[in-house]
Amino acid sequence: MQQKPVVAIAMSGGVDSSVAAALLVKQGYSVIGMMLKLWSEQGEDQSNRCCTPDSIALARRVASIISIPFYVLDARQIFYDHVIQPFIDGYAQNTTPNPCVVCNRSIRWKFLLDHALSAGAEFLATGHYARVIHPSQHAYQLLLGVDPSKDQSYVLYVLTQNQLKHALLPLGEFTKQEVRQMAHQYNLPVADLPDSQDLCFLGADGDYRNFLARYAPQTQNPGPILDLQGKVLGTHQGLAFFTIGQRKGINISSPVPMYVLAKDSIQNALIVGTREESFQDHLIAHHTNWIDGNPPSTDFNASVKIRYNAHRIAGKVSIIDDSTFSVKFEKPVTDIAPGQSAVLYNGDICLGGGVISAD
Amino acid sequence: MVKKKQVYLDYAATTPIDPRVMQAMMPYFSEEFGNPSSYHYYGQSAENALENARDKVAKYFQCLSSEVIFTSCGTESDNLALRGTAIQALKERGASHILITPVEHHAVTRTAQQLSKFYGFELEYLPVDQLGRVNIDDLITRIRQDTAIVSIIYANNEIGTINPIGAIGEICRSRGVTFHTDAVQAGAYLSLNVNSLQTDLVSIGAHKFYGPKGIGALYVRQGTSIIPAQTGGGQEFGLRAGTQNIPYIVGLAEALDIAQTERENRIRSVKHLRDHLIGTILEEISDVQLTGHPDERLPNHASFVFYGVDGNALLMMLDIEGFACSSGSACKTGNPEPSEVLSSLGITHDWALGSLRVTLGNFTTAAEIEEFLSVLPKVISKLRKIR
Repeated sequence: MQQKPVVAIAMSGGVDSSVAAALLVKQGYSVIGMMLKLWSEQGEDQSNRCCTPDSIALARRVASIISIPFYVLDARQIFYDHVIQPFIDGYAQNTTPNPCVVCNRSIRWKFLLDHALSAGAEFLATGHYARVIHPSQHAYQLLLGVDPSKDQSYVLYVLTQNQLKHALLPLGEFTKQEVRQMAHQYNLPVADLPDSQDLCFLGADGDYRNFLARYAPQTQNPGPILDLQGKVLGTHQGLAFFTIGQRKGINISSPVPMYVLAKDSIQNALIVGTREESFQDHLIAHHTNWIDGNPPSTDFNASVKIRYNAHRIAGKVSIIDDSTFSVKFEKPVTDIAPGQSAVLYNGDICLGGGVISAD
Repeated sequence: MVKKKQVYLDYAATTPIDPRVMQAMMPYFSEEFGNPSSYHYYGQSAENALENARDKVAKYFQCLSSEVIFTSCGTESDNLALRGTAIQALKERGASHILITPVEHHAVTRTAQQLSKFYGFELEYLPVDQLGRVNIDDLITRIRQDTAIVSIIYANNEIGTINPIGAIGEICRSRGVTFHTDAVQAGAYLSLNVNSLQTDLVSIGAHKFYGPKGIGALYVRQGTSIIPAQTGGGQEFGLRAGTQNIPYIVGLAEALDIAQTERENRIRSVKHLRDHLIGTILEEISDVQLTGHPDERLPNHASFVFYGVDGNALLMMLDIEGFACSSGSACKTGNPEPSEVLSSLGITHDWALGSLRVTLGNFTTAAEIEEFLSVLPKVISKLRKIR
């Protein structure tokens, strides 16, 4: 029997990457477990969810159960420089950054992939719910995971052909429920761990607002809350603490529910409005990555995801230049937040995406 | 993983048990299982084994048998030495000063720090030079009337440097201050003669010299003021209560006997390989420094820092290539803070992160070293590229 290639699996001590590792072993690959020690906020009780000695110990235990070597790499500084600092800067500039997208581009599929390839691996695998296929005569394609509730292609749209060539995503064909069952079946001690919800680097409270207050005190910058007519409705404590589309916690009294519509950096004003006023029919995205390497030559219809957990919405995509596109939605939508990514799909196929600009 | 042949180059971390040692231990797990404190035949037989072992160890310390205390490991020996003498010295004569170096093993450092934190000892660090050695003049100026204990490592685990223990011991003795040395790394290759070392307390652990893990010994000079760290049935002359682990004690004694008897041969066989390794690495790789003393170092020990290389990634790549090495301190959690030892030698952060320790042993062959020397430069250059 021919020996299958060497694969490095990015482990986190969670259920997904653990099952992904076990699957690869079962499929006959030569598997090397690798874990990144990322920068995380040192809470008083050191109980951050990711990359704690606890999660490292769990990943190490899983690796020993499935009999693969396991190594921890220190990525704290590079993670801080490439992910945390831009996260803080993004909020300070009144956008809503998505650090997971940045981490996948600069850390997981760059720093870790480089180490994996240097160590002799042919592939880097992760526990993402998405699929990579390579149709003959075609470029590599990134597809939605089969579990619609868990799809993670949204954070992988930044991958290039060269990265996809080395990517293995063993969980793409499974649902989360099946993955948990497999974790039990393989007797992995992580089978019943809760899904991670928040950003991995946040302190124990898991609240990015508290994080910003601690690491970017300049974001505490009170200003007016205005409606679209410019009428002052109240005072906010800092634009960074609000997200486009947010309704709860604005702290104004109004006869109708009010939503965050925009952040006006010049006036340091939070612009709010009614649900009707919160609809928009287009967006512009920049820093675009096209999965197949090139922008499409003509305008096209696509379904668009504007947030990690959002449903896909139909729209028409126009190419503005190599790194910029616009989307005109069929029906107006809410919650378009500059800094988040707009990711484009044709059916199951992820075509690419870009970062929503504040235009 | 398709495992290539694995080459073990981490003998300072631990060593495999010599088959002769294993054989000597075997009867004491089964036929000769008695408790040495028992009155009957079984007890007497176990006691006989225990005392024979003690005599054997005493022979290499060149001390009385009653000055050898068996413990569970080198760390426990260090703990007993420091805690047992410091607390007693404080009580007896109000001595509240502890003098150690910044390059001690954590078994000493953490114990001294605890004594400082909970018992109010003033903990002072004797500086070391950039090769990791203590300067006698520094000791002379810092040792005090109220110094409870001086503890200085014999041969350093991370950088291999050997301290002038005899000269240090002489100063301590002339001042009437108790002197301990952690000889855990030294046991395999250096003399443990306490008369030339002029020590009051010496710690060793068997697994560093081809004996089993989980067994150590402490030499305690007769007349040393010391209280037990573990109390109970009064075993080990009242200094270390608990039923003695006879098979392991027999193993320690046998391993020490073999190590010390075969010392010259062992040194000869590892030293020229080690010298070749150091010479080649310093010649063929750029931006590398040898850490520790070039000559006054353990004969099986080589340690380096590579500029612009991540130590963890280096260990990973070497392991995948089939070479088990170490960075000098345990960093399984990927938390490679620059080691305190390297920092105290004045090695800067950028260098200290790229540390590598290669320690040879009885089973290291010239072919393995050649193989290692062909792989290491490639790995270093790969890692420097992806940084």
